Amino acid sequence: MHDANANRAAHTFAPLTASAVLVNPVGLHARPSVKLTQCAKGFTAKIEIALAAEGPWTDAKSPVKVMRVKAPQGATLHFRVAGSDGDAALAAMLALVHDGFGEA
Amino acid sequence: MSNVGIVIVSHSPKIAEGAADMVRQMVGDAVPLAWTGGDVDGGLGTNVAGILEAIEAAWSPSGVAILVDLGGAETNSEMAVEMLPEDRRARVLVCNAPVVEGAVIAATESSGGSSLAAVKRSAEEFYA
Repeated sequence: MHDANANRAAHTFAPLTASAVLVNPVGLHARPSVKLTQCAKGFTAKIEIALAAEGPWTDAKSPVKVMRVKAPQGATLHFRVAGSDGDAALAAMLALVHDGFGEA
Repeated sequence: MSNVGIVIVSHSPKIAEGAADMVRQMVGDAVPLAWTGGDVDGGLGTNVAGILEAIEAAWSPSGVAILVDLGGAETNSEMAVEMLPEDRRARVLVCNAPVVEGAVIAATESSGGSSLAAVKRSAEEFYA
């Protein structure tokens, strides 16, 4: 029997995951949330964040949802990225966290 | 495609200007932005002419999202939209969102190149 999903699977990208510790003093408050969503929107890949490796996952391109995560300083931010530019997206997101969103 | 413009309308010019400062500092300069507040005599209130000027100042071919505070800010904004040339009217939307937070979120959404509908939807997530 023909598997309709086999073809589709060939066009999807396996999600990439990575994590980074929030180093900036107040964590993922308003300004870093804006920077994170702006960065995420620069990529076509689906980008999600979570405070635990098993989720729940939040759309990193939604400023309201990212602010609701309320991730404090010292929290580990997990990323799950899927898309053709996923590698570059993940690298950019991790760099942003490592740099303390330019505030640390 | 240009970014959606943001207009902030408050009864208080200080609130409108302060909200605009927050947008500029948090989101940057990639978004057309204008604010208006106060009645024609300089008291608390809003006026249609001021709102029309702000829409003009923040105009973008992609449209303009308006953030308002209370009552008159909303009705005067709707009146201003009705007074726009017909080809522009459909490209200006009043958002049902808190004025300060909504302005920052709408501008963030706009800075990523989102459509007017997406900008409005994102600002309105605050009440969702």
